[in-house]
Amino acid sequence: MAQEAAFTTTNILVVGTGGQGVMTATEILAEAAIALGHDVKKTEVAGMAQRGGVVSSHLRFGQRVLSPQITPGTADVLLGFEAAEAMRWRHMLRPQGLVLMNSGRLVPPVVELGLYDYPADPVGAMRAAGTHVVSFDGSAIALGLGDVRLGNTVMLGAISDHLPFPAEVLEQCILKRFAHKKPEIVELNRRAFAAGRAAAEEAERVSAAAD
Amino acid sequence: MSAEAVMSGRPVAPASRLLMSGNEAVARAVWEAGGRVAAAYPGTPSTEMLEALSAYPDIYSEWSVNEKVSLEVAFGAAMAGARSFCAMKHVGMNVASDALMTMTLTGVVGGLVIAIADDVGLSSSQNEQDSRFWGRFAHVPLLEPADSQEAYRFTLAAFDLSERFEVPVIVRMTTRICHVKGLVSTGERSARPTAGFAKDASRWVMVPSAAGRRLPLMFERERRLRAEAEVSPLNFAESGGDRRIGFVTSGPAYMHVRESFPDAPVFKLGLSHPLPFDRLRSFAAECGQLVVVEEVEPLIENELKAQGMKVIGKDILPLSGELSPQVLKPAIARLLGDAAPEPSRAQPMPVFPRPPTMCVACPHLGVYYTLSQLRNVTISGDIGCYTLGFGQPWNALDACISMGASMGMALGLDKGRSESEKDRKVLAVIGDSTFLHMGMQGLLDIVYNRGNVTVLLLDNRAVGMTGGQDNPGSGRDIHGNDAPRVDFAQLVRALGVREERVHVVNAYELPVLLKTLREETKIPEPSVIITNQPCVLIKDYHPLKPYKVLDERCTGCGNCIDVGCPAIHVTRRDRVRKASGREVDLAFVRIESAACTGCGLCLKPCAPDAIVHVDTLAMPIKVVRKEAAAPTSA
Repeated sequence: MAQEAAFTTTNILVVGTGGQGVMTATEILAEAAIALGHDVKKTEVAGMAQRGGVVSSHLRFGQRVLSPQITPGTADVLLGFEAAEAMRWRHMLRPQGLVLMNSGRLVPPVVELGLYDYPADPVGAMRAAGTHVVSFDGSAIALGLGDVRLGNTVMLGAISDHLPFPAEVLEQCILKRFAHKKPEIVELNRRAFAAGRAAAEEAERVSAAAD
Repeated sequence: MSAEAVMSGRPVAPASRLLMSGNEAVARAVWEAGGRVAAAYPGTPSTEMLEALSAYPDIYSEWSVNEKVSLEVAFGAAMAGARSFCAMKHVGMNVASDALMTMTLTGVVGGLVIAIADDVGLSSSQNEQDSRFWGRFAHVPLLEPADSQEAYRFTLAAFDLSERFEVPVIVRMTTRICHVKGLVSTGERSARPTAGFAKDASRWVMVPSAAGRRLPLMFERERRLRAEAEVSPLNFAESGGDRRIGFVTSGPAYMHVRESFPDAPVFKLGLSHPLPFDRLRSFAAECGQLVVVEEVEPLIENELKAQGMKVIGKDILPLSGELSPQVLKPAIARLLGDAAPEPSRAQPMPVFPRPPTMCVACPHLGVYYTLSQLRNVTISGDIGCYTLGFGQPWNALDACISMGASMGMALGLDKGRSESEKDRKVLAVIGDSTFLHMGMQGLLDIVYNRGNVTVLLLDNRAVGMTGGQDNPGSGRDIHGNDAPRVDFAQLVRALGVREERVHVVNAYELPVLLKTLREETKIPEPSVIITNQPCVLIKDYHPLKPYKVLDERCTGCGNCIDVGCPAIHVTRRDRVRKASGREVDLAFVRIESAACTGCGLCLKPCAPDAIVHVDTLAMPIKVVRKEAAAPTSA
């Protein structure tokens, strides 16, 4: 992927629900791409997303980006912040694309009311459909570090080894965002990034071993 | 956000390449152009233009009470020679158009740029109207940027056009420009001293005789603007190797066309009204067929057809929604008789819908939980977060069309009721900012015409849906500074609602709310019930100690779920047979205490008192079992 990136556009789709930090995470990915000299477009299909609805954020970068939207079936990486949301957007992925996802669940009121069912096994369903899925409990990692809001840094750590540029570029972009905050917060984000990166690596190793 | 930026004294970024949304790019250009006055009413997807502008120095910015007022404020400044700006969402111009349709006659002195943001694709709006009609209707020029860089550049160009032709200029945005971030090369601000207002009744006082003298000037101006469009660099043709089809396009559709058909000739319209017919004719001569790709109505298409040009457009493209590559490619392939490009193999997997919800502890939850318990009522609704009350689990809002319409609709429902609806109570639900925007007049109409309507005025001190912006009811201005605050109770009394019929109720006190609603709906005259708790997203809201559910006490009745709070989750479902033989579904719950802010709305419907503060120590098991035994014994 690294070689072809110079000539083609990289399509990354980041999905989740309102309030999870999907749009911020995509913006940080965009900043990393800009730092490396790429043209970048980032767009959201957010609707009334801040009310807990579906959020999907499109990031395209390369030499010159025209349409800001990723066409279904052409995303290189699908970064899912929530299990059912990753499943909802799987069709956006190109056939050999990669799903990196948080297995954590956010159950909406329509499911609590008994009007709909939450999918029994989102990861299994996607794998059964032939998709390469790397899944780990990013919510638990963030909570383990003391704050569920670290979830988006965990997810960025997870994608950092699947970009056409070094993980450290992305890490620097994240830490820069918190540079004016307390050193503890910078450190927490550094740890969240490392934990997400390690979790994705471990999950990929396990899923490769299972294959 | 904007307020903090001002407080922090954040310096304005120097000229450089910045990652900006279309809205931020427009704001930057207004500031660089020497803009002096900017006004708007919040509305998705336009809101961030004024939010961003409010953080720039040396420019007056305001949240106006509605779009019409915002345009009048900007126009007043432009009369006095100041460069001014006004932003609104597409439906905002319906409100503002009364002012627009006559300021096109007077024209302006200082540049006046109006950014209208169309919600193509309906991400957060009640309709998908095409604002490009206003350029035609009001005979004013209209620019259509395609991305953030153009949003910036076109806004600067719009000020120049506005002053050269002494005309208000519309910059037509869409969601896919407003909320897309891209790289923008920016510059520096140039100051523009103004001459001040020069009295001239023949120009500024639009009585029939004066207006009549200005009509021919307006049409002459439009003729000159068409000549401008013929030479403007905002309009240009790109040649292409594959000339079977040439595309005429504007706005973000241009990006989709370029992405989909890299080898095709394309005529890109930046100044899209008035149209440069001569240039378009020469372009057409170079192509096989001419296809117009425009979002969303066939405006360019019909004007070209009226010129006798042979063009294809909405006969093969949809009349609504975005014209993205996935729409364009198959349509053009069919037109050319090519094999349709292979569709994306994967189909979407079935996943439950995830509609927007109200926030945890939102004061509207208590209102809708209460409304859902009323029988034989019709509830006329309005635009805001509380529109969500139509959905599950409340199903307590029956109509919604436009800002402030809950009032007039309710009066009509009252006056037009059928014999069978004789005893039906008519209610109207409206938020604070929506009431001030366009609801006050409707309430006055209800009072004046002796309507029988119970109005719920949900005052949460913010424009919640667009992110908690301030308004005349919040007591703060656009910068977050203290501002005069309207007294709603006094206001509705001044409109003629009798003192005894005006109640201010805490939205979390459900028994009081229910009792007041029951009483007021029985009385056949206008009443107003004002709820007064702040939006949970603004700084006026203070979270309280969170709650949890004692598993041992939860009987699975599920009543708390009917409040609709997203912090309540089902842990287990069960079905039991009661002594009567009736089967009952049970849903045992937990509260996500990390999200709970202790509003206590779920306590009321919980019969076994299973909901307690998180720091409540566990009850001795025996006691709990005994207490819990009663309701589950059946």
